[in-house]
Amino acid sequence: MLEHLELFFKSIFIDNMVFAVFLGMCSYLAVSKKVTTAVGLGAAVIFVLGVTVPLNWLLDQYILQEGALSWLGPEYADYDLSFLSFIMFIATIATMVQLVEIVVEKFSPALYNSLGIFLPLIAVNCAILGGSLFMQAREIPSLALAFNYGISSGIGWFLAILAIAAIREKIRYSNVPAPLRGLGITFIITGLMGIGFQSFGGMLTGGDEGADAPVPETAAREIQAGESEPAVSEEDTEKKKEEVVISYNDAINK
Amino acid sequence: MALLTKKDANLIIDPLADNNPITIQVLGICSALAITAELKASVVMAISVIFVMGAGNVVISLMRNIIPSKIRIIVQLVVVATLVIIVDQVLKAFAYELSKTLAVFVGLIITNCIIMGRFEAFALANGPWRSFLDGIGNALGYGVILVIVGFFRELLGSGTLFGYPVLGDPIAKTGLYSIGYENNGFMILPPAALIVVGIIIWVQRSRNTALIEEN
Repeated sequence: MLEHLELFFKSIFIDNMVFAVFLGMCSYLAVSKKVTTAVGLGAAVIFVLGVTVPLNWLLDQYILQEGALSWLGPEYADYDLSFLSFIMFIATIATMVQLVEIVVEKFSPALYNSLGIFLPLIAVNCAILGGSLFMQAREIPSLALAFNYGISSGIGWFLAILAIAAIREKIRYSNVPAPLRGLGITFIITGLMGIGFQSFGGMLTGGDEGADAPVPETAAREIQAGESEPAVSEEDTEKKKEEVVISYNDAINK
Repeated sequence: MALLTKKDANLIIDPLADNNPITIQVLGICSALAITAELKASVVMAISVIFVMGAGNVVISLMRNIIPSKIRIIVQLVVVATLVIIVDQVLKAFAYELSKTLAVFVGLIITNCIIMGRFEAFALANGPWRSFLDGIGNALGYGVILVIVGFFRELLGSGTLFGYPVLGDPIAKTGLYSIGYENNGFMILPPAALIVVGIIIWVQRSRNTALIEEN
């Protein structure tokens, strides 16, 4: 239960899809001019992530991983189909989005009309494919955790686009310098929001929780170390880092 | 250039500045921000995207008359996914360290909006040579922004370029560090990329006032 809660809050605040790993930025920037459309797209993203991440987890677990095919028979135990991950994930995503569109149109025409063009566009949103790829990279251990990860990443993205849409509506009456109007100021505001979200980094890793870090956390730290992100927790100084670059924090801490 | 007509040369030159895919067309932003903490990663990502866009544009353009309209998104996705799998395997074979740094973002080239955007906007309606030039041009425009952001982030954030210390040794206090200069750790954090791109947009639109958005 505790690891569910931890993954939930971690995915929304610390590994936020927009501010930490920049997924779904194109639609984030394009759709955030009004709060109502932003809410619609955010809800659609949560829904699609909640459906596709567990599905891709099943695919990864029973077909794609190294040794995953052993349920077919012992002679298949050393097949490694992980190179097919990209094409299989994107195929399931495109199919599920199409299916979801058909189901929603049939059972809730009102919802279908309000989502409009966004539902088919979500298939090529990097947040969706990114959710599945991060699920695979972090080796999320169970189906329930995969579902949890999908929903919570979606909620994180929803939070981000809601915030930026609200801010953009307000600054329409502000005195933004002409070259920064529109796209430029949105980038800078998103950067500032990202800095703000960094403050959540100490939330789950203070105290003795760091000692028994579950599998998703460790793998996540390794990914972050690979991306040369200086640590916001004490754990990184203990971990062996693969970075070539000496960052400011390293020079101070080592 | 005698090799290319003026119109064809514009296909390469326009996306470098006036029609830049990242700052003007607002496409391909995701991977542009996430991996630019190191210049080497930016350059490798730019080369990968150039390959995928060039080859992808040619393939789609050659098939443009036989793809049924209803399934064209799926066909495009399959073509891009195949090319990206090739890039990923090549990176894992020849540059394993770098493929670990780029991690998930090589796979995310598939959903890079520039690629699908150019397929729809250009390759489906034009011949293979011109589509190839368009693909290369847009990928170069994308690459230019990546390299600029990566350059500033790595230089100001770690004092190195391509991993080689250029400002001196921060621990032994040689070079620039001897007068008290410190690396700006903030530049390595993700939000710095957003702010650097914001500044690039600011500079670009100040120089070319036609690009300023109306309120």
